[in-house]
Amino acid sequence: MSKIIKLRKGLDINLQGRASESLAEAPMAKQYAVSPLDFEGLTPKLLVKVGDKVKAGAPLFFDKNDSRVLFTSPVSGTVAAVNRGEKRRILNVVVDADAKQEYEEFPVFDLRKADRAEVVEVLLKSGLWTMIQQRPYGIVANPDDKPKAVFVSAFDSAPLAPDMNFTLRGEKPALQKGFDVLAKLTDGKVHLSVKAGAEGEMATISGVELHTFAGKHPAGNVGIQIHHIDPIAKGDIVWTVNIQDVAAIGRLFTTGKIDLHKVIALTGSEVVKPQYYRIISGAPVASVTEGNIKSQTDGGSVRIISGNVLTGKKVAADGFVTFFANQITVIPEGDKYELLGWAAPRFNKFSVSRSYFSWICPKKEYRLDTNLNGGERPFVVTGLFEQYLPMDIYPMYLFKAIIAGDIDKMENLGIYEIIEEDVALCEFVDPSKTEIQQLVRDGINLMIKEC
Amino acid sequence: MGLRKIVDNLKPTFSEGGKLSFLGSTFEAFETFLFVPNTTTQKGAHIRDCNDMKRTMIVVIVALIPAFLFGCYNTGAMVGLSGFTAFLYGLVRILPMLCVSYIVGLAIEFAYAQMRHEEVNEGYLVTGLLIPMIMPVSTPLWMVALGVAFSVVFVKEVFGGTGMNIFNPALTARAFVFFAFTPQMSGEEVWYSKWTMMGAQVDGVSGATALEQLATKGDMQWSALDAFLGFIPGSFGETSTLCILIGAAILLFTGVASWRTMLSVFVGGLAMGYLFQALGVTEYPAYYHLLVGGFAFGAVFMATDPVTSAQTETGKYIVGFMTGALAVMTRVINPAYPEGMMLAILFMNALAPTIDYFVVEANIRRRKNRIKTVK
Repeated sequence: MSKIIKLRKGLDINLQGRASESLAEAPMAKQYAVSPLDFEGLTPKLLVKVGDKVKAGAPLFFDKNDSRVLFTSPVSGTVAAVNRGEKRRILNVVVDADAKQEYEEFPVFDLRKADRAEVVEVLLKSGLWTMIQQRPYGIVANPDDKPKAVFVSAFDSAPLAPDMNFTLRGEKPALQKGFDVLAKLTDGKVHLSVKAGAEGEMATISGVELHTFAGKHPAGNVGIQIHHIDPIAKGDIVWTVNIQDVAAIGRLFTTGKIDLHKVIALTGSEVVKPQYYRIISGAPVASVTEGNIKSQTDGGSVRIISGNVLTGKKVAADGFVTFFANQITVIPEGDKYELLGWAAPRFNKFSVSRSYFSWICPKKEYRLDTNLNGGERPFVVTGLFEQYLPMDIYPMYLFKAIIAGDIDKMENLGIYEIIEEDVALCEFVDPSKTEIQQLVRDGINLMIKEC
Repeated sequence: MGLRKIVDNLKPTFSEGGKLSFLGSTFEAFETFLFVPNTTTQKGAHIRDCNDMKRTMIVVIVALIPAFLFGCYNTGAMVGLSGFTAFLYGLVRILPMLCVSYIVGLAIEFAYAQMRHEEVNEGYLVTGLLIPMIMPVSTPLWMVALGVAFSVVFVKEVFGGTGMNIFNPALTARAFVFFAFTPQMSGEEVWYSKWTMMGAQVDGVSGATALEQLATKGDMQWSALDAFLGFIPGSFGETSTLCILIGAAILLFTGVASWRTMLSVFVGGLAMGYLFQALGVTEYPAYYHLLVGGFAFGAVFMATDPVTSAQTETGKYIVGFMTGALAVMTRVINPAYPEGMMLAILFMNALAPTIDYFVVEANIRRRKNRIKTVK
């Protein structure tokens, strides 16, 4: 057992609506969707048209830059719609689910004897390859790369995040299989990071290098963990996989079929009964939220977020759960004016600044809305971001380098080590209300384009 | 809500295409002053900390209030008044300067925001209060106006406004006035009010400040306690170290100002003071430097300005220490100009980016080496 890596920087935002430890099965929904927008830097090319029959695991579209990278249907059924946005950009492909599910068959073989190419082939064909993300940049991994190592975080530290020990209860064999698959993909190590005091079954997985982290959010972010285990230098490539996706990969290599069920937490102050649901990837959010959202007074509305409040995506009530989400959060919209709000004590709002009063009751759970709480301004305050990014990086200088489009500076200051989720807390605390996550993505896109 | 309705009714007039759209930023500034806007998060984090620029600035203003109130009292006390009359006298005396500072400064800020079609920044709310507080009370209003205009236009707006400036605008206004009108702004008269009202004894009231006495005679006529409490002549808001420390406590508790900078300035000043004392250059105790002139005010409210000070934590220690040390050095070694704080801070404003540069370069080197050692 390695020593515990303690992170002192960070912040846990206590919100109302933590999921209770009870699990409900979401009923099979009428429709499921796969969205290219869930993958950064992807240009999709369609392989199906409306009316086509597909099995679970059959490709719907592929990556224009690499035709081997397929995006497959999570269920069997009929392609119902290809929704497009501005400039005919594909928003999602919707599949009407069959009552009786049929699956594409993939070969099952002895992993010990199999070579890497076979494993990669199965992952690519089944579409589960897209679960493997590459750092730097947080994009789908390139099958031609040999990563230095693979990193998996066994816990999520974001506000109201699901307890992965709960969501993966009974999945130990699948997880173990999944990690065996990952070990095939790299000549280096497979790193698994667990939370100190909540190691659970994860600590018994074999064939991985185990690390224990303690600290506030973002301690559970794989990017932060990489920084403290084996940081990414220029030219390095490492891969990351979400822990629930590791289990999905494990199931594929056990049964030869894709089985994209996952347990998500329905959370947030506006949820009547926050708890866990077992869904199939790409399910409509309504399948868990319907009839479960508190009614709003005085004309208010709610925001449904696929993911957590810091990094999730805003989805419509009839939208779908995004590919990497393992929770849904429902909070009130903040589209209201507040008389002299900046001068008021604001006991019901949260701030890390002691010019408000959140510091008096650190345990209090808040019902926070989506109001920006101020106007956008140039950077003024200094020394704040550093407290919420547990990395040896000067975030303000990195952000300024991105604004200036200075590739060399971005590289030197650490653009390879971060993606949006790692700076989400900086964005949360910023009194100048800068859109830092978007800024970082723009910086990454510039790096991809120029290098 | 009634007020909200009035604002909503006025809004179209000032919006794009409205009759008064050329005043859009101005309207927007007043609207957001009254109401936190209903803007919601669109990208990235869906919830945001409720702290914003307005709150940050208002904390600084609150922190300035003790020193401001004492400044009012002291202005009256210097012309022989006492108690509430002294306070009232000072308040009436400073009001015109305060108004000139805000009206001229905000007018320019609003005009620039309008030209750029941006929201008005809150930065001047603090600067506008700082400027009268660091001026001698008898500074002619036209000089104040000129100083404000100079600093807002040439120190702030030409660089792009709040957050983009290199030098502290309030201090630059003070420096501009001092160097442009040196005869009027120094000597033994300017520190005292000349207004005859409420029975003030203004005839023949004059005298060197504690700072000047230390520089010329090597001692001052006041006790250290008087200097600490602030019953000495000087710029309007800078005399009471006690009240400034109350402000410092507010700034540090709320985390608005950096304790690193603040502490380092005091340490730097003391260190230099003791050095001079040890070398026999000065006879008076080193801590006198912290009590007289603008040292404490500069350390607490000026050197800590996040925009113009160092932006890295290591840099803050260095810049703070050098600011304090330079201020005392200027005071002691340069007989022509006893107040070193203003110039020390401005000089370190210019140097701070360079210091930050080296701190960041060290980080880059460390990160590169770190990766080598891991392998």
